[in-house]
Amino acid sequence: MMHSRTIQLWVGIFVALGMASLFMLSMKVSNINAFRAVEGFTVTAKFENIGGLKVRSPVKMAGVVVGRVDDIGFDNDSYEAVVSMKIEDKYQHMPLDTTASIFTAGLLGEQYIGLEPGGEEQYLKEGSEIKLTQSAMVLENLIGTFLFDKADKAEKSGTADKGSK
Amino acid sequence: MINMLQKLGASTLGIFERLGRGHLFLYYTLRGIGSLLPRPNLVLAQVYATGVLSLIIILVSGLFVGMVLGLQGYNTLVDFGAEESLGVMVALSLVRELGPVVTALLFAGRAGSALTAEIGLMKSTEQLSGMEMMAVDPLARVIAPRFLAGAIAMPLLAAMFSAVGVMGGYFVGVGLLGVDEGAFWSQMQASVDVDEDIINGVIKSIAFGIVVTWIAVFEGYDCIPTSEGVSRATTRTVVHSSLAVLGLDFVLTALMFGE
Amino acid sequence: MTQHEPLVKIRNLHFSRGNRKIFDGVDIDIEAGRITAIMGPSGTGKTTLLKLIGGQLRPDKGSIHVDGQEVHRLRHGQLYALRKRMGMLFQSGALLTDINVFDNVAFPIREHTKLPESLIRHLVLMKLQAVGLRGARDLMPSELSGGMARRVALARAIALDPMMIMFDEPFTGQDPISMGVLVTLIRSLNDALGLTSILVSHDVAETASISDYIYVISEGKVVEHGTPEAINRSASQWVKQFMEGLPDGPVPFHYQAVDYAEDLLTGGGR
Repeated sequence: MMHSRTIQLWVGIFVALGMASLFMLSMKVSNINAFRAVEGFTVTAKFENIGGLKVRSPVKMAGVVVGRVDDIGFDNDSYEAVVSMKIEDKYQHMPLDTTASIFTAGLLGEQYIGLEPGGEEQYLKEGSEIKLTQSAMVLENLIGTFLFDKADKAEKSGTADKGSK
Repeated sequence: MINMLQKLGASTLGIFERLGRGHLFLYYTLRGIGSLLPRPNLVLAQVYATGVLSLIIILVSGLFVGMVLGLQGYNTLVDFGAEESLGVMVALSLVRELGPVVTALLFAGRAGSALTAEIGLMKSTEQLSGMEMMAVDPLARVIAPRFLAGAIAMPLLAAMFSAVGVMGGYFVGVGLLGVDEGAFWSQMQASVDVDEDIINGVIKSIAFGIVVTWIAVFEGYDCIPTSEGVSRATTRTVVHSSLAVLGLDFVLTALMFGE
Repeated sequence: MTQHEPLVKIRNLHFSRGNRKIFDGVDIDIEAGRITAIMGPSGTGKTTLLKLIGGQLRPDKGSIHVDGQEVHRLRHGQLYALRKRMGMLFQSGALLTDINVFDNVAFPIREHTKLPESLIRHLVLMKLQAVGLRGARDLMPSELSGGMARRVALARAIALDPMMIMFDEPFTGQDPISMGVLVTLIRSLNDALGLTSILVSHDVAETASISDYIYVISEGKVVEHGTPEAINRSASQWVKQFMEGLPDGPVPFHYQAVDYAEDLLTGGGR
């Protein structure tokens, strides 16, 4: 039956195209490697403010993604955010006194954790806590501080002017 | 006044009766799917009719939708100096929303209406009745393969739509408007998530495929077997399945991304 | 089952559609091996009767036994098993329009048996030969005339060698030649294959010429039954009018209306 063979051929092409599209979407459009990065060890860090950090945000060292944020919790005693991050197994030699800071990619981009190595001989391992942390810059606070400073200076110079008269 | 209330009551009851019949129909159809296992050719022929024959319209629409997204997105993003994010915008709109939804709407118009008309005509020419009298269950022989084929073809079509759309966005953004190629892809890859965006899009398109095909085959099977009845059923298929897709899209989006 | 049990036994059948009563206490016996005709004016629900026998519709009251089984008490599987032994010829032929004549006749065989293709070919050609359309096997249903379509449908109905065939208005809209062909076919197939035929029709002359027994139905009741000769000699004025096709009689020529003269004199309105 010729007819049914043509149909089979076309359906085969159709399914192959569909699968190829799905493959292209997963490989080219999205980052499937990030999805697979589950092998690793977990370290935690406490931050006063994490800003817009989310689960699965990247963790970078020297600009290279070394892991991802695994979980974000809250410490009831210290009122701090507890961020646990999964670092890939191949990055075993991170000094214990590594600093974790929350940065923003660009002015308005996504937030990520940046790690700065320290000088300790011992390395971070499963369950370690990063003690040295620096919170996210919250734009409102920055602007607030900036304006306050300005106003303060203006006032000071104002009184200084008066005093000179 | 009494009359109006009575009419309201009657039409409400009518709607519920139809809903009930539709669900029973779905139940019997799903039961019939088991009998298709030894006869994959029945399903293949329907994948051809619903999927392969919808290919051109889906690919062309996907390409144009992607190109328009590229143009519009660029014009908006360039004001913020964020045209590097064009890839993210195009990909996310396509994978999350436009891919499944527009494909489902086109699918309802192209394949759904054809299904309804075909089954309605089979009913009005007594072919379904004739099968029953030949001891062949039309739900298993005619409806189930079409239903299954629709549910298979829809997610594949939606994936092709999104993929071609991304290519369209790329042609316009990178090719015509000069967005940096590396930034286009890398930003896209950084922001599009496999399980959150792509898998959810696929789930959506499977749900839409099931709903559109269900409505189409039910309208055909349940139509009044006259030429007017078939034409009304065909119209209803397109209207109802489009509304169902948009409504369901809201519900699914709320469930998936709402948190 | 005793020897004298009829193949189809209908007792006290009631069926209505909406508010309209279609059957109001009908008793019919259909004997095995014979051609039984069910006649009556259009709209008396003759097709409905066939669908009731085939189990496609449910009666409101009463019972229908086919070969000793009560059709409406059967479970899905049993009903389908029974239907394999019934053939039905629809008014339109009800051929599947997307496959050709050969595949149409082969359809029930392929659906219900696992015979090899070579044997199916033999069977199909045999059935097509019986209705004289072996040469038309490659035509599509849309290329057939009405009479040919019905003959193909007949070949399909006998494909599984049923015990009984139901004919729904086989003569309607046929030219004299194809009518003659169908009349001969129904009679000869019934006798050659040892079938039982139920023939629903309002084509009086043709039906009376081939049937062994006739039921005349009107307004939901059996008005007369007997052999064709007995029916022709019926004392009932109504049956006489029906059988001879007189324009006026107990069934008046005019639809119910007020007096003609009075109607004309009334001015205005409608």
